[in-house]
Amino acid sequence: MTQEAGSATRVATATLLDWLEQMAVIRGTEKAAHDLFMRGLVKGTTHLAAGHEAIAVGASAALRPDDYVFATYRGHHHAIARGASPEGCLAELMQRSTGVCRAKGGSMHLTRADHGMLGSYAIVGAHLPMANGAAWSARLRGTSQVAVAFFGDGATNIGAFHEALNLAAVWKLAVVFVCENNRYMEYTPIASVTSVPNPAADRAAANGMPGVLVDGNDVVAVHEAMATAVDRARAGDGPTVLEALTYRHFGHSRTDPATYRPAAEVEEWLARDPLILARRRLAEWGVPQADVDAVEARAADTVAAASRAAQDAPPADPEDAFTDVWADGGWAWRT
Amino acid sequence: MADLTTYRDAVSDGLARELRRDPSVVLLGEDIGAAGGVFKTTVGLFEEFGADRVWDTPISEQAIMGAAMGAAMTGMRPVAEIMFSDFLACCWDYLANEIPKARYMTGGQVSVPMVVRTANGGGLGFGAQHSQSVENWAFTVPGLKIVAPSTPADVVGLMASAIRSDDPVVFFEHKGLFASKGEAAPPEHVVPLGEARVARPGDDVTVVALAATVPLALAAAEQLVEDGISVEVIDLRCLVPLDMATVLGSLERTSRLVVVEENPYQGGWGATVASIVADEGFELLDAPVRRVAGENVPLPFADALEERVIPTTGKLVEAVRRLASY
Repeated sequence: MTQEAGSATRVATATLLDWLEQMAVIRGTEKAAHDLFMRGLVKGTTHLAAGHEAIAVGASAALRPDDYVFATYRGHHHAIARGASPEGCLAELMQRSTGVCRAKGGSMHLTRADHGMLGSYAIVGAHLPMANGAAWSARLRGTSQVAVAFFGDGATNIGAFHEALNLAAVWKLAVVFVCENNRYMEYTPIASVTSVPNPAADRAAANGMPGVLVDGNDVVAVHEAMATAVDRARAGDGPTVLEALTYRHFGHSRTDPATYRPAAEVEEWLARDPLILARRRLAEWGVPQADVDAVEARAADTVAAASRAAQDAPPADPEDAFTDVWADGGWAWRT
Repeated sequence: MADLTTYRDAVSDGLARELRRDPSVVLLGEDIGAAGGVFKTTVGLFEEFGADRVWDTPISEQAIMGAAMGAAMTGMRPVAEIMFSDFLACCWDYLANEIPKARYMTGGQVSVPMVVRTANGGGLGFGAQHSQSVENWAFTVPGLKIVAPSTPADVVGLMASAIRSDDPVVFFEHKGLFASKGEAAPPEHVVPLGEARVARPGDDVTVVALAATVPLALAAAEQLVEDGISVEVIDLRCLVPLDMATVLGSLERTSRLVVVEENPYQGGWGATVASIVADEGFELLDAPVRRVAGENVPLPFADALEERVIPTTGKLVEAVRRLASY
């Protein structure tokens, strides 16, 4: 049955300060993306993850550098948490040749494969079966790597989710399925279209694996629940569904003002901002405010420098449209 | 006379050769293990290579394709079986949106060296949802290589190239050819992707064929000898890479082209062949290009109805006769 995870573990002060800095970098990058969009420098669309930072940072902290991560079109936070630079991400959004995907992917496809961040996928649910494949491959190669699929609550009603959970359990794969439940699919509340209260965790039992609920805005709690799931996976005991409850600070995408969300609900969740929760905890631990301010100032500097560098970067080379269709680097479809 | 083998046995032979050669090759699909595959195309593999190399899956086409993709991205060379090509529709997202695009949209950060094998085509009376020729579905998606062998030796040789390719390959095995016989592939047999084969040389009309329409075209060519018409039959072997050089070279001699394709006329691959010939070989032609293709209807069940709507030797003979006298 669905379990609730707490945050009993006391991590080192320096660790939580580091996590706060990472979350602040992600928050700052998302705000920069928003501002650059408003200035006409980011085209297309963005699905900002402001509000979801604790999930990316807490979960990544429980992983080995060689573990695999698959994310969604709302994936800036995961790319950054796995080592994509804010500059590379903002450059990608601004169609610069220095973008993490050389401006061929855009906001929805941020990837840092050399850090095990194997992509952001924009067809809902499609990457859960891929995470199974990476875990299956790790088993076959004997590497004890773990694969993680991060996905939204909306993905829990698509076939690929259910197919992936079953196969992961049957093959006892080292996968952690992390649902970022922000209560809304796009504009519609997930609760209004789902047969169970916890759309991800409650489906775990039907597939013979633990389903765990965790406060997705508490980075310490996320880390602890993730560490448990990762340990279980790495030990060969199979997959876990981790459902992290959270809230997005922006609408679904650039064009969505999110007017469908009740003001009181928004207020309640903004008061539980993951950065606020981390600061509060540091204060409770007696960490001087100056130490907290210092890491947040450093994060702000990181983002400001990244934004400037991305804006100064050269635009994408149109000829790059004809590279990397095939492994030989080219696009020839005839001989 | 070389040893003869069936197309069906060539599939398992081709897979076995690569499984022996490369430990990163692994198979997954429905009923492919102890059962040996519903078309008996994986017979003996589970016994020889074991459960760590040959994986039975649930009936979950998306899970199969996603698992193959994730494994391919992380160092394996998976070969996924989708039992009937009609079922590609159940996991079409992976062929349309995921597998062919992962390399491109990440700026070249990932590779997806995997093969999707699937039983394609009609002629066996399986009805509308188990008989389609859907090679043209894959042909609409840049980023997929497409193979459709017509002989047992080509099954082995093209399978080797497909599995060794660092790009994703869709490998169409024609259901109507499984029982057909041909020369067995010699040891170490490899047929490069994108090299068409002149299956029968001729001087008057070029017939471009693929998979099951190759033996059909060869039978038509034999009949047309009596009419004094010399037909050159080209087996494309692959749709991507597409070997148009061989087709255009043939037209330099024959000046007449018939394309025989089992997928529907609407959206069929022959339209692309015709379009390239119109663009690049217009002055080679002495007659219009003709396409003998599946009719634009769902595949019917009864033999008499099915035969009415898929290419037959008789239809091709008729088309070549008319074109030869144009």
